[in-house]
Amino acid sequence: MAEFFDMGGYALYVWTAYGVSAAALVWLAVSTRKQLKESAEAVESARARRKGRV
Amino acid sequence: MHRFANPAQFNRLADVILPWAIGAMVLLFGAGLYYAFWASPPDYQQGESVRVMYIHVPAAWLAMFTYMVTAAASFTALVWRHPLALLAGKAAAPAGAVFTALALLTGMLWGKPMWGTFWVWDGRLTSVLVLFFLYLGYMALWQAIDDEEKAGRAASILALVGVVNIPIIKFSVDWWSTLHQPASVIRLDGPTIDGSMLTPLLLMAGAYQAYFVVVFLWRMKLEINRRKLSVARQAMMHAPVGAE
Amino acid sequence: MAGLQTRKKQRLVVVSLAVTTLVGASLLVLLALGGDSLSLFLQPSDIKDRQVETGQHFRLGGLVETGSFSRLDDGLTYRFAVTDCLATQPVEFTGLLPDLFREGQGVVTEGELNSSGVFIASTVLAKHDENYRPPGTMPKAEGQCSHPNDQAAAASYTGG
Repeated sequence: MAEFFDMGGYALYVWTAYGVSAAALVWLAVSTRKQLKESAEAVESARARRKGRV
Repeated sequence: MHRFANPAQFNRLADVILPWAIGAMVLLFGAGLYYAFWASPPDYQQGESVRVMYIHVPAAWLAMFTYMVTAAASFTALVWRHPLALLAGKAAAPAGAVFTALALLTGMLWGKPMWGTFWVWDGRLTSVLVLFFLYLGYMALWQAIDDEEKAGRAASILALVGVVNIPIIKFSVDWWSTLHQPASVIRLDGPTIDGSMLTPLLLMAGAYQAYFVVVFLWRMKLEINRRKLSVARQAMMHAPVGAE
Repeated sequence: MAGLQTRKKQRLVVVSLAVTTLVGASLLVLLALGGDSLSLFLQPSDIKDRQVETGQHFRLGGLVETGSFSRLDDGLTYRFAVTDCLATQPVEFTGLLPDLFREGQGVVTEGELNSSGVFIASTVLAKHDENYRPPGTMPKAEGQCSHPNDQAAAASYTGG
């Protein structure tokens, strides 16, 4: 197990590369989801407001 | 073509594709990471550090693929004034910027132990850095110009001008002497990478590709919502006073 | 409606031509004018061709010649030869070698020629090739010397 994490002495480089990649991909997906949700709610409330006015 | 010009129809199509794309992404990442860490050998020269390749190369491929998507969307937007095409470029660019940044960062983290340096100004590294700046410029133009029509046109022109960088990236390692090695997979005489290492590489490339489809469709839906909101806001501003 | 179609066709032609011209022209300029200056390093056979002078700083790249590596008596300085299969250049370097440094593999060094024609390197970077394989196996091309610009010369190369 320890041998696996050691990556033949390249642990720092290998795990940092995978860590940075995972963090960036997750960040982009999560922030996209969040903005999508907010925008959908805004569209919905704008529609409700317009309906309310008529 | 104009079948997809209808945002409602696009949203319906996206909702059909998304669950499959998410499923494929999860499966491919699972299989890809399993092969990358447990079911593939170390390299005969590079040892365990070769495992960085399985995220470095897919990020670099997708950086270029996403740029071609942005450029094709820009071309369609400029020629046919296709409104969804304009949004497609805008939706793809952030993913492209992330892929490019990851290709550069993982490359640096691989280069330090193998080459002996994080960075060198050779043709390959420099042209990929230029790709990163092209993405930043494209997104900055969208932000900087208030009129969306004008912003989209300016950004699209930049995206098309930047297309010249794609063959430069691909062939930089053949045209000039570089520290970066030549292509291992996409080459005329076939791959120079052993099958046991090609499997995790292709699985991870598939995972990155599926991830792109998912994020791209989400961002398309996001941009369509944003467009709806700005149209609604304009209608509100131009409504005659006292219409309430 | 007909007018709209014509305008679209016009835009298609104009944008396509603009992109093709721009890409074509830029690539031609890069290849015609930039070839040398955009290269990262010179190869051993370039040194004579370019008449590189003593003390002039440049990068030298090529393969570490098999059997050429040794450590000098001070224990800190390494000596090896860099070859491009057409010419061979002796190199001396004091410092840490990268993990990938090995005989028969690529290397990019930075430094200058001294008066006796030895390249004194201040930096040595390892350049790996396009082969990826499990340990204990050899790539097909291993052991054959190949010069990127001259396949015929490479084929007749016998070492040394």
